[in-house]
Parts: sequence; structure tokens; C-alpha cells
Amino acid sequence: MTAVVPLRRPGFARIRTAGAPLYLLCLTAVTLLVLAALLAPWLVPADPNAVDLGNALAGPSVGHPFGIDASGRDTLSRLLVGARTSLLGPLGVVAFSTLTGVVVGALAGWRGGWLDSVLSRSTELVFAFPGMLLAILIVSVYGEGLMAPVLALAVAYLPYVSRLTRSLVLAERERPYVSASLVQGQSGFQVCLRHVLPNIAPVVLAQSTINFGYALIDLAGLSFLGLGVPALTPDWGRMVFDGQTAVQEGYPLSAILPCAAIVLTVVAFNVVGEHWADRVARRDR
Amino acid sequence: MNFVRFALRRVAEMAATLLGASFVIFGAMYLAPGNPASFLLSGRSASPETLRALNAQYHLDAPFAVRYARWLEQLLHGDFGRSITYRTDVSRLLADRLPATLLLVFMALVLVLVGGLVLGRIGAVRGGAVDSTILITTALAVGTPSFVAAVLLQGLFALRLHWFPAGGTGDGLGQLLWHLTLPALALALYLIGMLARVTRGAMLDVLGQEHVTVALSRGVPKRRVIGRHVFRNALGTVLTTGGLIVSTLLVCTVLVESAFGVGGIGQLLELSITTKDFPTVQAISLIMVGLFMAVNLVVDLLHPLVDPRVTYGSGRSIG
Repeated sequence: MTAVVPLRRPGFARIRTAGAPLYLLCLTAVTLLVLAALLAPWLVPADPNAVDLGNALAGPSVGHPFGIDASGRDTLSRLLVGARTSLLGPLGVVAFSTLTGVVVGALAGWRGGWLDSVLSRSTELVFAFPGMLLAILIVSVYGEGLMAPVLALAVAYLPYVSRLTRSLVLAERERPYVSASLVQGQSGFQVCLRHVLPNIAPVVLAQSTINFGYALIDLAGLSFLGLGVPALTPDWGRMVFDGQTAVQEGYPLSAILPCAAIVLTVVAFNVVGEHWADRVARRDR
Repeated sequence: MNFVRFALRRVAEMAATLLGASFVIFGAMYLAPGNPASFLLSGRSASPETLRALNAQYHLDAPFAVRYARWLEQLLHGDFGRSITYRTDVSRLLADRLPATLLLVFMALVLVLVGGLVLGRIGAVRGGAVDSTILITTALAVGTPSFVAAVLLQGLFALRLHWFPAGGTGDGLGQLLWHLTLPALALALYLIGMLARVTRGAMLDVLGQEHVTVALSRGVPKRRVIGRHVFRNALGTVLTTGGLIVSTLLVCTVLVESAFGVGGIGQLLELSITTKDFPTVQAISLIMVGLFMAVNLVVDLLHPLVDPRVTYGSGRSIG
């Protein structure tokens, strides 16, 4: 007898299925990081900006589990509060670049014609600017604040998302269900919105997760240079910069910890994103 | 499409994009809220005559189109304008500082190519525990930003073990190479990881193809199959990352040179931004974009030579 195989949209359900231990470990790490950032105000043992110069560069103790930095501030508190700035920035970059990139790419792929060539040309111009350089330029012009670098990086990442979306939409519109829906009288906009976009969403989402890591690296680099994040706001990139003094004094802990935080976060997001991308790619074969 | 026509078209496209980029760079600086004249005076109050003289000297009062046209015309004559902070020609500043940066980028590029290709090749061919080790190490490398690598390497090898100098450039070429070793390593680490992963993936793709199985089953030595058929085939894919590698190297010099106090154009860019020295910022940005696009052009032209399946004018390589 023939079993009826239910046709299911190969969407997000595939992403949630269990996987390799490394992937699960990294997924846990990502969850913990997000929780730590969300709950930071209630978790911090001390005020991240409270200065206690008498205890500067002190090692780990009960009151200060990760020690004190060269300016006499509690490292653990700065790490926790810094997680908020360090994760919020990339989130803004990814959210903005994904939303606009999908709209631009879908329009270019679906409508084609002059719209497509105009979008491709402007994409090429943005490609000519390395993302960091664009961000540095914008920050140098508009000064302090997280908004300018986030928008600049979002613009720099947009072409990657829109080009991916465009090629996915081009491939997807050739599939029979699209013409079937069109023949049934659905409008092109509806088909695109209700069928094509949900079908390509997992691939775009996986790419955006990987972009999150890159955006974190770029933003941390900017704040290492003292650009972007305002001076007193705790941020991992800025902590690495501040930690250089401690390293020179021979107490590297307050530099190593933010370094480790950055590396682990980026690696965790990369592993999760690549795992999703692999899974989606396997589905298509 | 033959080579000459393709090359000419790509050069024309590159010139057009470079013009667009110059407009973006100049426009962004023009819109800046800070007034360069106030930085020239560095807080001192000035008489209206002094202000007028400054504006005339740096052409700060002309309309946008006039200033942009003048800037472009000067650029074509190799004149990048005068630095506001250093009160000297930007071209002279660049001539002083460009060699250190180019040497640094070149050293890092060699490290990236050797490290990335060798690791990727070993990982793809050996498999097993060696492959897993390489995969995990490169995953960590890909998650390490250049400035993190710079601070960690400096802390360990320069400040603690005293194997290398902690910063500066020293005198003479030998000293310069010695001083640039750690910065080059910091610059290269992330890209070694990336290139190794790309190479490994591309080689594994080729390894699964039929011509490899056929060659092996016909008794062609494995070394030769890997070298001639697998590695050679994978190089085309690897080449498309060339633009990304060079642009990352160039931009990250800003971070690494600042961390190590290397007096190159990266550090100069950082200093010029904090002092709002717009002519210098414009010049360095344009040079970085131009170098990046030149590398992309070379990659596009080389691609069909490395991988004959790609013909001129068919696929475009990505940056």
C-alpha cells in the first residue's frame, strides 16, 4: 500500500531538529549569552562604572570574581553590561540589513528589468567599500553614538543579503508551484509574499546568523579604536583597548576576558549559522 | 569575448565605480557637521580675517560642485591636498607611511596564502583527527578579530616572553621586518582560518567528483592526483576570495597598526579621523578602495587562466 506523504513546507521546522554536539553546545552558549545580556542589570555584582583606584588591578576575589581593571572597575560587571552593547549593535546591523536586503533582492529577482540593473549597479558601488572602511568614514563624520556605525555596517552588509535573496528568488520562481498559483489567479505579490519568501527564509536566516558574527567583529573593532560606542558605556571592544594598560603592567586578566568573550560569541554564532545553512543545503539536494 | 575587450570593459567599469566611490567619500566629508577651520585654530578664537584666509587657503567656502571638481582635478595630478593637522602635503605623508603598510600587508598576505592553502590541503587530504584539529583551530581563528589577536600576541610574545618588540618600526629593513612580524601574524590569523576552510571545502568538492575516482582507480599516484587534479581545480574557487582577503588586510591595518604603534597609513587614518583631518581621511579611503578594486580586477583577469572552464565575460567573480 502507498502511504500518503504529507507535503510540508521545508521551513523553520528543519532548523529546530537536534544535531551535532558542537552545534548544541554553541546553541546553548548563544542562549546563555542572550540571557546574560538581558538579565545583566540584575546579575551584576557591582556598578560597572564605579571606580575604586585603591584596588586597581586586584586579582579575583569573592566580591570581584574576575578581578578589577586598571581603572579600578569590576571586570565581571563590565563584561555582563558590555554584553548588552556588544550584542545589541550586531543585532541592529543584522535586522536592518536582512529586512532591507530581502526587500531589495526580492524586488530585483521577481520584477527584473531596469529595477534589477539599477539595484545591481548600486550594490556594486557598496561592494567597492570594505564594510569597516564605510563604517569608519561614517563614524568619523557623524561622531559618537551607536546608531551611525550600525547603519553604516547595515548598508555595507545589505548587498550580501540582497544578492543571496535575488539568486534564491530567481531559482524559486522557476518552480512549478509558482506558475500553478499564478494560473489560479493569485497576484504575483501574493505568491511572492506567501510562498516564495517563506521558502527561502531559512537560507537567508542562516546567512544572517553568520553575518551577526562578522558585524560583532566590525563593531568591536570600531569601539577598540574609540569610535562609535560612547566613552563610558561598557563594551567588549573598548574593554580590550582599556585592558592593554593592564597587560603592560603584567595583569592580563582584564584584557583576556573580553577577548575570550568576543571570540566565543563569534564562534558560537558562526557554528549555529553554518549548521543551519548545511541543513538547508542538504534539504535541497 | 576575447581577453582585450574583457579587460578594457572591466577597467572602464572599475574607473566608473572608482568615480562613484570618490563622490561618496568626498560627499560624506562635505556633510560632516564639524568645521575643519575650527580644528585648524584648535580652540583659539580668530579674527574674521584669519578665518577668511584659512577658508581661502583650504578652499573651504567654495560650493560643493566646485570643490569636488577641484579635488578630482588635483587627484588626477597626483595631488591629494594639504593635511590640516600636519600642515604638509598629504602625498608626502602617504609617501612616508605607505611603505610600512604595504610591507605589513605583503607579509600578512604571504602568511595567509602559505598557511591557508597548506592547512586547507592537509585537512582535505588527511581527514580524521588531523582534519578535526584543523577544523576546530580554524573555527577559532575565524572568530578572532585582528585587534584581539594583536593584543593577545603582543601580551604573550612581546611583553611576557620578550621574543619580539612590542611596537614601533625600528631602523633599517631588518629591524622593520622584525618589528612587523607580530603585527603581520595578528593581521593574518583570521584570514588563514578563512582561507584554510575555503580551500578545504573546495578540495573536498573536487575529491568527490568522478574524474578523481577514475584517475585513482587507474593507478595514478595519489600525490599526483591531489596536486594536479584536485588542488589545481580547487584553486579557481580559492581565487575568488582574493578580493575579500586583500580588503580585509587593508582595513584591519587600521586596528593592528594602532595596537602596535606601527607608523603606516592605517594608524594615520585613525589619527586623522580623531582630528577631523578630512583631506588625509579622503586620500587614505580612496587609496584603500582603489587597491581593493585593483585586486578584484586582477582576480577577474586571472580567473580564466587558473580555471579554463571560466571564460572571459561569463561568470563574474565576487569580492
